[in-house]
Amino acid sequence: MAYLSTSNSNILAICSCVPKGIERTSEYKHISSEEQELFIKTTGIKERRVAEKNVTCSDLCFLAAKDILQKFDCADSIDLVIFVSQSPDYYLPTTAVILQDRLGLSKDCLAFDINLGCSGYVYGLSVVSNLLQSGQLKKALLLVGDKSTTSTNYSDKSTYPLFGDAGSATLIEYIKGVKDWHFNLQSDGSGKNSIIIEHGHSRNPFDKSFEDIIEIEPGISRSKKNLILNGMDIFNFALKEVGPNINSLAEQSKTDKNDIDFYILHQANRLINESVRKKLKIESEKVPYSIEKFGNTSSASIPLTMCYSLKKELQEKKLTLLLSGFGVGFSWGSVILRSENVYTNLIEHD
Amino acid sequence: MNIEEFTQKLETEFEEVEPGTLTPDTHYKSIKGWSSMHALIIIAFVDAQFDTILNGGDLKSASTIRDLYNIVIEKTK
Repeated sequence: MAYLSTSNSNILAICSCVPKGIERTSEYKHISSEEQELFIKTTGIKERRVAEKNVTCSDLCFLAAKDILQKFDCADSIDLVIFVSQSPDYYLPTTAVILQDRLGLSKDCLAFDINLGCSGYVYGLSVVSNLLQSGQLKKALLLVGDKSTTSTNYSDKSTYPLFGDAGSATLIEYIKGVKDWHFNLQSDGSGKNSIIIEHGHSRNPFDKSFEDIIEIEPGISRSKKNLILNGMDIFNFALKEVGPNINSLAEQSKTDKNDIDFYILHQANRLINESVRKKLKIESEKVPYSIEKFGNTSSASIPLTMCYSLKKELQEKKLTLLLSGFGVGFSWGSVILRSENVYTNLIEHD
Repeated sequence: MNIEEFTQKLETEFEEVEPGTLTPDTHYKSIKGWSSMHALIIIAFVDAQFDTILNGGDLKSASTIRDLYNIVIEKTK
């Protein structure tokens, strides 16, 4: 079991950034109004934010980071930048390095990308806190998000109405003696085909035919370069793995689950999260949502939910939080951490 | 839980289905407006009630609610 604890890390600020453009489930043309209603009831998704063609995930993260750097006036003291995304600017170079320059950060700054989706925020926190805990690096920016709408096809009702675009920035600092963060991180690559963009990378290098739209079944048409998603597989995976992962983390870290103020779960589907919540016997007030407004925003969904639903609590209170991310890979993980007076903000990209 | 109760509870989960419409021999995929969302509702219902998870193959091989019930009972033995 990949259970680990890290010391001396503290979250100072979280800012999330979404595009201004809104698409509503009720306006999506490939499902009937009855299907739209059932879709909203099941997934919880009423609307999503969709970025313009020329806007990237790093643009959204850039604005979120800018907000934090201005607020804390700390651009000169950032030692570490990690960009977690599956929609980087380029094949190469790594997007984190581009952001280091764009944000005006020092060259004495360690910067790299992590290629993960829905589990990415929790994994990102684990890497950042591991690198900070010795005290040699003092401040880190964790930039997390995806522009998923680049890879979904409007004519594919199994993917298009699910995903929204979002980026986030989290400022984490080294502080000696704060309470440990506890992680339980897991992987199962046998689920790789359940969410995949199969063509256009090294395994199946780009070919012009990948642009051709093929009808898979009524209501599901896409090209080979588009995202494929098997909703039932993912649903099964989440029901099977997320609850035990959380229970095991609570047990390993000797945390009483009643002492956790909020459980912030990845926002993939309301029915999944409600099933997990009921099985774990968690009160509904402790499980916040953002999915109704933003859809599934991949790795950004946890920080976005924190900024959208928990702004006041995070800013004013001392909290014990459990964050859990799960999905593409399959990759999943949870963290229990403490927060106190965290600056949070939610901004829009024009 | 017997088959009648199973059918009744499943019907409650499908909020848009008129009460009393479903019977154990109903071909559940032919209910009005059937979609992949209904499949997720069935999986969540079975998980909550029986602590067992139906997969795509299970749903594919079951035509009626009775078939579904039998699969669930078999899995929980």
